Amino acid sequence: MQSNSSQSSFRVIGSSPVRPGDADKVSGQALYGIDVTLPDMLFGAVLRSPHAHARILSIDTRQAEALPGVKAVITAADLPDLTEKIASVGKWGRYLQYQNDNILACDKVLYYGHALAAVAATNEHIASEAVELIQVTYEVLQPVLDVEQAMQEGAPILHADLRSGANKSGNQAQTNLASHVQLTRGDVEKGFALASVIVEREFHSATVHQGYLEPQNATALFSASGQLTIWCSTQGSFSVRGQVAEILQIQPVHIRVIPMEVGGAFGGKNRVYLEPLAALLSRKSGHKPVKMVMSHSEVLSATGPTSASAIRVKMGADSAGRITAATARLVYAAGAFPDSPVGTAAGVLFAPYRIENFLVDGYDVVVNKPWTASYRAPGVSNAVFTCEVLIDELSEKLGFDPLEFRMLNGVHEGDQRPDGQEYQRIGFLETLEAARKHPHYTTPLSAPHQGRGVASGFWSNGGGRSSASASLNSDGSVNLVTGSVDLTGTRLTLAMQLAETLGIPIEDIKASVTDTDSTGFADGSWGSRTTFATGQAVYKLGQNLLHLLGERLAEIWQVPTEQVGYADGVFSAGEQKLTFKELAAILSENVPVVASAAVNPTDVGPSFATHIVDVEVDPETGQTRLLRYTAVQDVGKAIHPAYVEGQIQGAVTQGIGWALNEEYIYAEGGRLLNPSFLDYRIPTCPDVPFIEPVIVEVPSPSHPYGVRGVGEMSIVPPPGAIANAIYAAVGVRMEVLPMSPGRILEALWAKGLPKSP
Amino acid sequence: MPNKVLVHALINKNPVEFSCEPRQSLLEVLRDELGLTGTKLACNSGNCGACTVLLDSLPVNACLVLAVEIEGKAVTTIEGISPAGGLHILQQKFLEHTALQCGICTPGFIVSSVALLDRYPDPSEEQIRHWLAGNLCRCTGYVNIVRAVQDAATRLRENY
Repeated sequence: MQSNSSQSSFRVIGSSPVRPGDADKVSGQALYGIDVTLPDMLFGAVLRSPHAHARILSIDTRQAEALPGVKAVITAADLPDLTEKIASVGKWGRYLQYQNDNILACDKVLYYGHALAAVAATNEHIASEAVELIQVTYEVLQPVLDVEQAMQEGAPILHADLRSGANKSGNQAQTNLASHVQLTRGDVEKGFALASVIVEREFHSATVHQGYLEPQNATALFSASGQLTIWCSTQGSFSVRGQVAEILQIQPVHIRVIPMEVGGAFGGKNRVYLEPLAALLSRKSGHKPVKMVMSHSEVLSATGPTSASAIRVKMGADSAGRITAATARLVYAAGAFPDSPVGTAAGVLFAPYRIENFLVDGYDVVVNKPWTASYRAPGVSNAVFTCEVLIDELSEKLGFDPLEFRMLNGVHEGDQRPDGQEYQRIGFLETLEAARKHPHYTTPLSAPHQGRGVASGFWSNGGGRSSASASLNSDGSVNLVTGSVDLTGTRLTLAMQLAETLGIPIEDIKASVTDTDSTGFADGSWGSRTTFATGQAVYKLGQNLLHLLGERLAEIWQVPTEQVGYADGVFSAGEQKLTFKELAAILSENVPVVASAAVNPTDVGPSFATHIVDVEVDPETGQTRLLRYTAVQDVGKAIHPAYVEGQIQGAVTQGIGWALNEEYIYAEGGRLLNPSFLDYRIPTCPDVPFIEPVIVEVPSPSHPYGVRGVGEMSIVPPPGAIANAIYAAVGVRMEVLPMSPGRILEALWAKGLPKSP
Repeated sequence: MPNKVLVHALINKNPVEFSCEPRQSLLEVLRDELGLTGTKLACNSGNCGACTVLLDSLPVNACLVLAVEIEGKAVTTIEGISPAGGLHILQQKFLEHTALQCGICTPGFIVSSVALLDRYPDPSEEQIRHWLAGNLCRCTGYVNIVRAVQDAATRLRENY
């Protein structure tokens, strides 16, 4: 299902081979963090706060320690004192304190589920029992859960020392507002004056979670010699190493992180939770291995969901259909500590459109909920939802087809991004064109209460630090090694890029992800960056390897290196020829052939997507049924088209859940009421239709094969597309996520539609 | 310390004897006592299907079965789905259709699908989707999973 495929022909890239390791996954042999088992292993459990906001007055662990089978108990007192370190690094030191406080609460607990203590025992049941025996006295404080309330005067304050970044005037009042970011261009007053139609709405979105199935887990062995080994489920082994080094104040070189297969992450497995606890318990229990696995209710209540938000947006367009001005006020819940993705959201919200005058304000606010973490295009889906609903409203009021309206206003190469950067070659208009031409767009809808909606979106994708190394075997096969964790197939896409670069068959390359002792540094597998950035490292590695081979062959043939050519798997100089395999055999008798490369690309090709969805809304129950979904995305160059399609389908499905069902439901006192898959309702198999991905390829100039990141983009348009489809189906403009049945009914009743008899 | 119980059962056609505490689930015993880690631990509360096994050919969540309950019964796990030295047609089709990404839900889906096709050799798309409603997947959007099951159903019917 490709359109606009690139002109160049590749040998390997663009095919969809089966990844060798996948046979292990279908047979149950692949090993995830949950599967780790070591001799003489202990099991850990965590004591978590039943209060959303409280001062810790005392913790008494003696009864827990006395329970037979318990080998160690830890609290924040077991964490190294960071006072000096924080003083020496300045402002950033506050982040170090937040990191430690989240691992084990020190003076206050700041959310329901906040960890306070941990236990290691001979089995998981005894560990759980021991946790119940730890006695804590709390001074319960009033919690605040809503961002608008948290910003009001008199709101309960989470951090006595937090001062807003906005307080440059010197106002040193206590606050829950951690920072304020603003992006501006032109003059919005003048811009709105030019508009013939202005629309403005206030939107709200609930807290949602990445929803991976495999819970956070870590097994740690802190040896008597001071070497720490950690097996865990993570997107970034070097990131884990760095965080644990900071938290425990030990040198990173003494920590070896072994990333296991990961059972889903989506951004939620970058921050550590259990690793430092397991390490401390291991040391304290006499250097025994300690395994910790979160329960699913712990995962939902105490890891890192994404921000709930309150977003007010106003857009104006003239009668020719051109957007003249836009403003947005985004207030994001950061959770218990600062740093929500509001800054990211502010930068991408209006990115697909040429808007001469805009003003975007983003507010990062702490509330008594778990500390937010990244979730697939962090902060963007709920923001773009608002923009795409207003775009739909503008196009309707001005009498434009919604795709046509977007084309009229869509950004081109050379336009400015909201953050000021210039767009290089991009594929937004191509996705709109592909959507418009797709049969889905013109298929008539047959029944009442059915409607079609479209939405677009932008995602910047990420660059970051990557490295890779390779060694050549005597039979011409290559071992490729990287530290980039393989979440869903990058071992293969990296091997394919190396195969393409070297001109050898894909079957001759074995790609492995190894631990932090065995490979060069890599940033975590986040930001849709692995196939892109580590791919660049692999490309460079391939070039280095070919150059090295050329040099070695030049010595053998006694010719200058520049005379050695390589094409189609054959080296040649004049009449002399040798195949890659033949050379490998010869060289293996001599100095081993190894090569490596490292990159840190800052020039990253962004993605655009345009989605079409048909829905049917039941006006009696408010339930929305998805009839058909088409997701068009510019991927630059699909290294492995089947994997790319899978990424698009998975991202869309998460977007569907975000749009229709998923939300954290809190009791007034701040207890999370639905920390289970039963009540935190992610899409199941009967909930979604066959999602059709349409790959558009507008190669990115910032990658040798034109790759753009693909994993995150398609979680962005679904909420907006579905909202617009619901409007087409039953005439209500939804301003809230999720658009669950009850909320749709309320919107219908507010419009005057009769309630059920 | 609770007294342990001796349990005898057939697991993947092999007679097995193990001792366990009454409070231990079948999932815990399979993984931690018997070393059969192919059956995955995810929600551990009967809501995701990652731990699906066949108990006397009925698909169940192993986390909701007490290990002592399998006395005298036959359990099939993902390790017992593949024929010796090969892959079950469902496993083959999951690979061909790229019906997995992270793979944590895959053993559960395959065991559930085996149970489906044993009972309904010619299932409609709707039947497949509803049968698999108890198996959650967060990566794939279920598209390729359904296609793999449809293709496997066709192949299996052809072989009879």
